[in-house]
Amino acid sequence: MKFVCLTCDEVMAFAERQLPGDGTLTAIFTCPACEREMALLTNPMETQLVTSLGVEIGGRTVPQQPMEQTRMGLDSPREDAFEAPAEPPAGSGPVTWSAEAIERLENVPRFVRGMVKRIYAEYAMERELQVITPEVMDRARSDLGLEGM
Amino acid sequence: MSHATGSELLEQVLGQRARVSARLDTIGATIAIASGKGGVGKSAVTANLAVSLARRGARVGVVDADLNGPSLGRMLGLLGGRLVDGPDGVVPPAGASGVLGISTELLLKEAAPLRWKGPDSDRFVWLGLTETAVLREFLSDVVWGELDYLLIDIPPGTDKIGRFLDLVPKPEGVLVVTIPSEVALSVVSRSVALLRDAGVESIGIVGNMSGYASPDTEQPLPLFSGDGIRRLTESTGLDLWAEIPFDPVMGARTDGGDPPGASDDFLFGKAFRALADRVERGVGGREAAP
Repeated sequence: MKFVCLTCDEVMAFAERQLPGDGTLTAIFTCPACEREMALLTNPMETQLVTSLGVEIGGRTVPQQPMEQTRMGLDSPREDAFEAPAEPPAGSGPVTWSAEAIERLENVPRFVRGMVKRIYAEYAMERELQVITPEVMDRARSDLGLEGM
Repeated sequence: MSHATGSELLEQVLGQRARVSARLDTIGATIAIASGKGGVGKSAVTANLAVSLARRGARVGVVDADLNGPSLGRMLGLLGGRLVDGPDGVVPPAGASGVLGISTELLLKEAAPLRWKGPDSDRFVWLGLTETAVLREFLSDVVWGELDYLLIDIPPGTDKIGRFLDLVPKPEGVLVVTIPSEVALSVVSRSVALLRDAGVESIGIVGNMSGYASPDTEQPLPLFSGDGIRRLTESTGLDLWAEIPFDPVMGARTDGGDPPGASDDFLFGKAFRALADRVERGVGGREAAP
């Protein structure tokens, strides 16, 4: 699916995605030549259709995580279905977690906690951050567009 | 004119397919256990075949593709196990005879029906896509490692066979499970036609509940009046890979998480020994045991 600017005959490029939280999605596209903007608005059913495909309009900000669709979509999950691997000894891993960050992570449902933890760890490693703090988690959520997580 | 949009939705979908393909590359043979007809014992056949192969030294994994009516978690004794988040994906638990397995039974609260988050209206529009995505993740995101066999238990409905073939277009084999009834013959014949149209080369018929047996029975007693198993093999020209009698004791063991497979010399055990022999010869997941 592509949008073409009829004036410039250019494929419009994705610019921004907005998820207001009511199930709708707005994706804004811009013509690279004339900078004209247009918005695609999907209703909740159409948004779900895209989600069910496992794709993200605008491209993925983080790679698809293992069993991401299953974990994000399942209603009534068994909370203890997943367990995190044993923690490496302190100081031996590429990143460490502050006590506050660990406390905050424990508020994430166990069913998706391992997946969320991995996303934050990869974010920190890519930016060569050695310690994950609540501030780093906030920045990751904002930078990666993790509104739904 | 540049065609890049920044979304590259097709590339995202192709990436998903590539992950399935990469994961299955380390598996000797991917074998679907299908029927099209419900209630013919596909899951019990899957569980008993899995342990029969595993006890011969094969490395075996099982995917319970029956997302809405899962039973293999229980049959394979997986329910106490956890899925572990690893660096390369989700590591599945091992159950009876070391068989690895994944099932929605491991993921759902006890007695909870399978439901997906999403808008309540027109759920049919996206439900099939969601369930296909979950099956895809069971194949691509579970760390199966180097397996000799990955058995996939396909739920009833020829559409579910098609869904599986969309994800795994060229399985090494498909076992089509049927029972002697005339109704089963009609439905299962359609499944065979679908598999042939899709170009599946190795298709074997498994006649389940071919009679009634128990440890003190030398010959199985009739269980159904029909002759559907023989007629299916004749009409399709496919080989009958095994005839498995119904044995209430073995059935109870299977339901209890201890599938006996080919563990004894009674009729049920002999049938699974024959089926395991034929699978080893027929789809070549590993060299046949001496």
